Amino acid sequence: MKLSKFRRHKMAAPVLLVGALIALGTTFQIASAVPSTTKMEASAASPQVAEGKRLFLQGCSSCHGLNAEGGKVAPSLIGVGAAAVDFQVSTGRMPMADLTQQAVRKKPKYNEEEVAALAAYVASLAPGPASVNNASLAWERDGNTAQGGELFRNNCAMCHNFAAQGGALTNGKFAPTLMGVEAKDIYEAMITGPQSMPKFSDKTITPAEKLSIIKWIKAAQSEPQLGGASTGRVGPVTEGLAAWVLGLGLLIGIAVWLATKAR
Amino acid sequence: MSIEKFSDPGLPEHQHRQTDVSEKHADRAERQIAILFVLSAVGTIGTIASYIFIKPNSFVFVPVIGDTNAQQLFLGLGLAVSLLFIGLAAIHWAKQLMPDHEVVAERHEFRSEDKDRKEFVAAAKEGAAAAGLGRRSLIKRSMGLALGLIGLTPLVMLRDLGSLPKKQLNKTNWQAGTRLVLDPSNRPVKVSDLEVGSVAQILPELPEGQERTLESIATDAVLLIRIRPEEFNLDAERLSWTHEGIIAFSKICSHMGCAVALYEQQTKHLLCPCHQSTFDVTRAAKVIFGPAARPLPQLPIGVDADGYLVAKSPFNEPIGPSFWERNSK
Repeated sequence: MKLSKFRRHKMAAPVLLVGALIALGTTFQIASAVPSTTKMEASAASPQVAEGKRLFLQGCSSCHGLNAEGGKVAPSLIGVGAAAVDFQVSTGRMPMADLTQQAVRKKPKYNEEEVAALAAYVASLAPGPASVNNASLAWERDGNTAQGGELFRNNCAMCHNFAAQGGALTNGKFAPTLMGVEAKDIYEAMITGPQSMPKFSDKTITPAEKLSIIKWIKAAQSEPQLGGASTGRVGPVTEGLAAWVLGLGLLIGIAVWLATKAR
Repeated sequence: MSIEKFSDPGLPEHQHRQTDVSEKHADRAERQIAILFVLSAVGTIGTIASYIFIKPNSFVFVPVIGDTNAQQLFLGLGLAVSLLFIGLAAIHWAKQLMPDHEVVAERHEFRSEDKDRKEFVAAAKEGAAAAGLGRRSLIKRSMGLALGLIGLTPLVMLRDLGSLPKKQLNKTNWQAGTRLVLDPSNRPVKVSDLEVGSVAQILPELPEGQERTLESIATDAVLLIRIRPEEFNLDAERLSWTHEGIIAFSKICSHMGCAVALYEQQTKHLLCPCHQSTFDVTRAAKVIFGPAARPLPQLPIGVDADGYLVAKSPFNEPIGPSFWERNSK
């Protein structure tokens, strides 16, 4: 059966259009992807900082400057510390795929060792908050869920939503959902203040209190949907949307059916 | 141009349904209705069965929705099926089998007949004359007094709504010298505690023995923000209200009183989550977007002898949304 047989089919145009859009989208995605991080021959003798500098020059310096001094499109990284690098790179936010409003979480481009090397290089430029790892954060042992909940509602819920689902900011920026976020990333975000997020100093929210916040977020992450569908846990918004679109649509359909005369 | 008169086109000719003319079709409709009712019964049985047999803590995976409590899901589906199919069956029954003769209900005038109207007026006049209101003025006046005073009771009871707010809306717990403490841990704050780019949720330190109430939190809440001092774009007075790049604003939106605490560290904008009013921190919370009419009130801050942040004076204007007696300049 020849494909050209279908060229006059009424679905031919829509199908072709969808196909073209998908092709265009994927082509752009591939073409705009970040320069590949081709593995250089890693010499075991070179120190971590030198390795980090090499990775930096290769993957980061086009925006952040050859000496991490910043540029028109990217901030200076002098003094941001290893924690900021670890947060941004290990969650895949950096390198950015495109210069839109906000760097979003995606599949990381660098492996753990490379992230550590980059962090060591940036930390060597000027002192800043050190990175943490999941093992060093004893949130399960030292955290207090109730205290964490109170702190979360006071300091985090306004942007990240009362159930840690994330929420909108201005001009298309948004506070991301905290579902599935690792403990170390939550901790590093609080001490470094990535992107729109402000910093939460260790004196205003102590490290112990930060562990409590993490414990509460972890409890929220594993909260079962006891009442049936949670509809995104964003309050009445989704319920209203479903009622207006699906409910009213159904009612209009029934009204039309009611008013048609039986034959 | 004269308007041509239409003649009454009358009713269209009655079209018989297939179920009216063919017994076979009528029987088929009957079976369809019966099936709908039976489906509803199945739904009800399913509802009861899922209540009895599905454990409350069992979960099923549903595409789009995700892991969902199975009992709640099937209770909902069962109830929906049982109610929906009763409705569908009733409509199908009415449309297919119940009589479908067109019935004409003529409109008529609302006005009563002249004879009835005259009789009513006469009866009313006769009654009034018999009561003797025109002659016995003492009754008329005392009755007026009694009926008029009755209306006073509910008016007096409005007092139960509470006393007038007077100056209460202008006052918060912030005084000159009140320490800024963290919400909820109640620790005082030093300048060195705040890094550039950090924020803190602040309440006033209350005098010994005074309880913190929800009402007081709703008026006292303050957001403390530290930026680089050179980023401020303030007049000399407002700049003197800040301390080493630290600036404090009332968290209560000047539009409808929501808590404004969505601070974007890069743009230095404060966003109200309720109606998207946006305030520029570097220009004393100037409104740059949204329905708010005034900037957020700024709290003048300094440090005390021990190095802790304190309020230099109370807010210079009432916090929160407009109210009647407020001078809204």
